[in-house]
Parts: sequence; structure tokens; C-alpha cells
Amino acid sequence: MKGYLGIDVGSVSTNLVIIDENDNLLTSHYLRTRGQPIRAVQEGIKKTGADSPENLEIAGVATTGSARRLAGVIAGADTVKNEITAHAVAASHIVPDVQTVLEIGGQDSKIIIIRNGIVVDFAMNTVCAAGTGSFLDHQAARLNVPIEEFGELALKSNNPVRIAGRCSVFAESDMIHKQQTGHALPDIIAGLSEALVRNYLNNVGKGKEILPPIVFQGGVAANPGIKASFEKALEEKVTVPPHFDVMGALGAALIAKRLMSRSDKPTRFLGFELSDFQYEANSFECEDCPNNCEIVNILVGGELHARWGSRCGKWDQIEEKRTG
Amino acid sequence: MMRVTYAHMGTSTIVFKSMLEEIGHEVIVPRRPTPKTLSLGVQYAPEFACIPFKLVLGTYLETIPRGVDMIISAGGYGPCRAGFYGELHGRILREMGYNPDFVFFFPPLKKPVDFFRKIIQLKQGGSWRDLFRSCQRGLKKLKAVDDIEIRSHEIRARELKRGDTSRAFRKSLNYLEEARTTKEIEEARREGLGELDKVSINPDFEPLKVGIIGEIYVQLEPAANFYLEETLGNMGVVPKRTIFLTSFTRRDVVAHGDREAKERAEPYIPLVIGGHGQNSVGDVVHFAEDGYHGIVQLAPFTCIPEIVAKSIMPHLSKVKGIPVLTFFIDEQTGQAGVETRLEAFVDLMQEQRKNNSA
Repeated sequence: MKGYLGIDVGSVSTNLVIIDENDNLLTSHYLRTRGQPIRAVQEGIKKTGADSPENLEIAGVATTGSARRLAGVIAGADTVKNEITAHAVAASHIVPDVQTVLEIGGQDSKIIIIRNGIVVDFAMNTVCAAGTGSFLDHQAARLNVPIEEFGELALKSNNPVRIAGRCSVFAESDMIHKQQTGHALPDIIAGLSEALVRNYLNNVGKGKEILPPIVFQGGVAANPGIKASFEKALEEKVTVPPHFDVMGALGAALIAKRLMSRSDKPTRFLGFELSDFQYEANSFECEDCPNNCEIVNILVGGELHARWGSRCGKWDQIEEKRTG
Repeated sequence: MMRVTYAHMGTSTIVFKSMLEEIGHEVIVPRRPTPKTLSLGVQYAPEFACIPFKLVLGTYLETIPRGVDMIISAGGYGPCRAGFYGELHGRILREMGYNPDFVFFFPPLKKPVDFFRKIIQLKQGGSWRDLFRSCQRGLKKLKAVDDIEIRSHEIRARELKRGDTSRAFRKSLNYLEEARTTKEIEEARREGLGELDKVSINPDFEPLKVGIIGEIYVQLEPAANFYLEETLGNMGVVPKRTIFLTSFTRRDVVAHGDREAKERAEPYIPLVIGGHGQNSVGDVVHFAEDGYHGIVQLAPFTCIPEIVAKSIMPHLSKVKGIPVLTFFIDEQTGQAGVETRLEAFVDLMQEQRKNNSA
């Protein structure tokens, strides 16, 4: 049986899925990256290997997410794709006539506008925390509420308080003030959810034409409070797909499958055993010109396996051009 | 003879250098801004000044200790605050105990007397004839630099081995840097273009074409725009900036701006909003009508003219059927976020092209 592996290595989580030839999801894993993408990929691949059917043969691999290049080298990816495209592919697969994708992850958030199955516009926020999962995480910790219960609590509120948006620093001081004046916890949490949604729509979603069907994915989609706030703000139904937290990886797997079905080359996948290899990354500054590029070396078992980071391409060994 | 310097702005540096040397000055050549330059600028600049202000201040602070008597810069009119930047740079430097002379040039057609007074100050004892000749050669060199750069963008998108074009481009610039006489400049231009033509390319590859619009400094200085054109070239895209110093000199320095761009912008934004805000709108219309596949707008964070232009983009993009990606540039030096967006933008344009031809 043939399977296709998608790996999404983000700043907060590392996700892996395998799909079969009929696009059915065979395995799905969600791990914390914890600042160690190499380890997360190794561990994820090991777990995925252990969970996959015996007769499974990996016929294609794609990586995505902010560590997509690194992950691509470690796993032996057939293609490396940006997470915006991966998320759009996954959303279109689950909801074929989707027109808007809202994606909120730990450190960034995106909006993708799709018309007739084609991405026509997108925006991504990586600078400001006010519209991302880390904002919620942080406030949940302040309020001593486990993040998993955050959403359910918000739904209990009939009278959300207004909490300042724009900046998580303003939101926090506003929230403390409301706490001290005696507002109920569910009202404060519902207010926070609305503040996050307002931030997202004013910042990432600014100037975008948000039309239904709307799909909401990414780690924060686990939070029913945020989903409700989106529905209230947009006055439209918002769909959270069943695998909302691994959509990037699912998109990558679909991309791998499409690519390999058009190609007669074998996959470059290095196998499920790669957790046994010793990976190491180091870097140096090239001083051959004023660019002073930071060159990253990836070593496998002490030997140079891949290298990137130079602007002129002189140190690169794995760079490929779209031209070729 | 004075020890003279100016702000680093892309490839223009080599032209300013030879022009000033020819009229008898020693030129302290500014280096390309690095993250260190930025940190230095940020430390002494007002917090809400835009990135061009900070990078230029940082550049001065790196250049002045090498011995500088005079800084040459441009002043301006209109709603963009960059018109005051030279003055403010001067005050900050003086407060820090440096005391170089500042010469700000304003558009000569607006302040002719002032312009001539400054030319006389720069020219010192030299003859008018020599000055005229030097300007002529300078313009010729500027044009050659721009020609070579435009060709490099066309070649890079099609190159077979990554980096070949950039290497050939640097070589070509070196030829031009050394060229002094009109004849030498012409020769260097030809040889430079020849170097680029030697790069092996895939002639059948149909690259996407992307127009680059926005504020002048972040357009012209690759260190300020994450080396946007090179990055796009590496993704198989031909970028085309709207601002080249040759066209800028003709339109904005001597005259009153690009009339055509302003006319095209008229239906969307009929008034002057400062900087290149109006041009940005007009240029989108131009690129869309010229068959480009997308637009990248470059704007310094807090830049009012570009913020106004950006607010018109969703409508314009829809009416003209061309996707627009905007980057607000501030202190971030991470390339990854920019590359992710550019890759996704390239995917988007490819899909649209496929769809339109189907």
C-alpha cells in the first residue's frame, strides 16, 4: 500500500500525517517543537512509523512550516512548500468550494482568499502576537485557566466585557483592570476572545473580502469561544474541519501525492529509521564579501549533508531552481 | 578638496563616487548597511522615524569616524516628512559632537538660486566646463548601471545555476566603477552586458513578471528590502522596479514628478499625498496594463503616503485583476517570513497564469 507523508514544522508544533492513495488520513501526530525542530522531526517520524500499517510504503514526502527546509533535509523530502499554499490545499480538499481560510497558529496567523479553487490573495502576520495563539496562552496562564477549558468558559458568558485590542500589552492591562473591578471570569474570557478576533480581522484580515464558506483551522481552532466570536463578528457560519490542527501537514501530504503521481522518480524519503542518525547543525559567517551571510551546515553522523544561507549561492549544495 | 560622503543607496554609490572625485573631492564611500548599521541608527533616531531615516543615520555614524567634512543629501517638499530628514540628521549628529557640513539639494526647478549656490559650494575652484562634463559622464554611468541591473534581473530568473548572474553582475559593476572617460564607460557597459550574456540560461523558461512599487529608499537599497529582487530572481521571477535613479533624476529631481503615473492614479487618488504614494497607485495601473503577473509594494513602517496607497490596493487589485503583496519594512532582519510570503505569492501567480491560459 502506498502512502504520502506530510510534515509541518512550526515554531510551536510539529505535525505529521500520512494519507493513502485515496486521500484517506492514515496517521496523524501533533508534537511540540520546543525550539528543537531536528529532534521534533526525528521523534515525529519515529512515532509515525510505529503507528503506520505494516505493508505501507512511503511514495512521497513534502515538508512545510517555518522549518520546512531543515525538515526537508532531515526527512528526505521530495518537495518543500510554504505553509500558506499547504494550508490552502488542505482547506480546498476538505471543503472544495471554500472561499476564505482563517488560520491561527501559535506564533503567526494567516488569511487566505480562494476563488474557484485558486488562491487569489493572502496575508500573514508574524510580527504581532495580539492575533495569535500565544496571546491566548499567555492570558490563560495569567487567569489560571487551562487553555483547553478557555473556549468552553467563554461560551458561558452572556455579557462579554470589552477588552482593548491592537496590542497584547494593552489587552493585558485592560484585562487586569476589568478583573479588579469584579467582572466574572467567563465574561472576561469571552471579551478576550472577541479582542483576538477583532485584532485578527483588523490586522491580518484588513481589506480582504471574507466570503463563505469559511474554514477556520490551526491550533486555535480548538477553541470554541474563538469560533463563536468569529461567527458573531462575520455574521457567517464558520467551519472547523476535523483535522484542524494538522491541516498544514495534510496539505503537504496532498502536495507530495500530486507531485509524485506526475513523476516517475522514486521518493527521496530516508525512511522511518532516521531517528537513529546523529543530526547536528552549526553555522559560520562567510567573510568573502560585505554581505556577511550566515551559512548553516547540517551534518549527519559528522558528515556535511546540506548547507544553505549564502546570498550568492556559493556555499549552497541543496538549492534548486524552479527553472530546472 | 573636501572629504565628502552621502547615503548608500543601491548601485548609485559608484556613480556618486566618480562624479565627486572628478570635481576634486576625496570620497569616503559609504558601505552597504548591515544589521549593525541598523542598530546604530535605531539607537540615535526618534523611535517613530521610518526605516530609511534610521539606516541613513546609521550609515553616517559608520562613515563619519573615517574622517568626513561634508555630507551631501537631498531635501524635499510636500507632505512626506523625509523632506526634513537631512536637517534632523544634522541636528542629531551635532548633538553627538560631530560637525560635518551638510549640503541638501532641493529640486532645481523649485529653488534655482539655492541650487546654484550649492553647486558653486561643491564645485569649489573648478571650471563650469569640467563640472558640466563630469555631470554628463555621471549621467551616462548612471544609465549604464541601470541598464546592467535591468538585464541582470532578466537573466537571473532564467539562470541554470544559482548565483551565476549575481557573480556576473558584481563583475560588471566593477568594470563600471573603474571606468572614467566617456569611452571607458561605454566599453564597460558593453563588457558588463557581455558578462551577463555569458550566464547559461534556460531560454524556454517563461518567467513570471512582478512590478515593484513603493517608497524610493526601500526600493533602491537591497539591504533595506531583504534583497527582494535577487530573492525573486532565485524563484524564477523577473522583477521590475518603478524607480531607477536615471528616471528619478529626470522626473523628480529636475522636474515635478512622473506626470504619467500621476495621470494614471487620477481616478483613484486625485491629490498629492507625498512621497511616492500617488506613483504607487499609478504604477499598479501601468503594470496591470502591461501584462505583469503581480505587484510587490514596499513601504517603510509608518510611511503615510504608502499607507494611503495601500488602502487603495484591494480595490485597484480587483478592478485591474492583478494581485498585490505589501511589505511594511521595519527593524526585522529575519528573511524567512519574507521568503514564505514571496513563495506563496509566486504559487498564487503561477496558478492564476495557468488558469488564465486554460
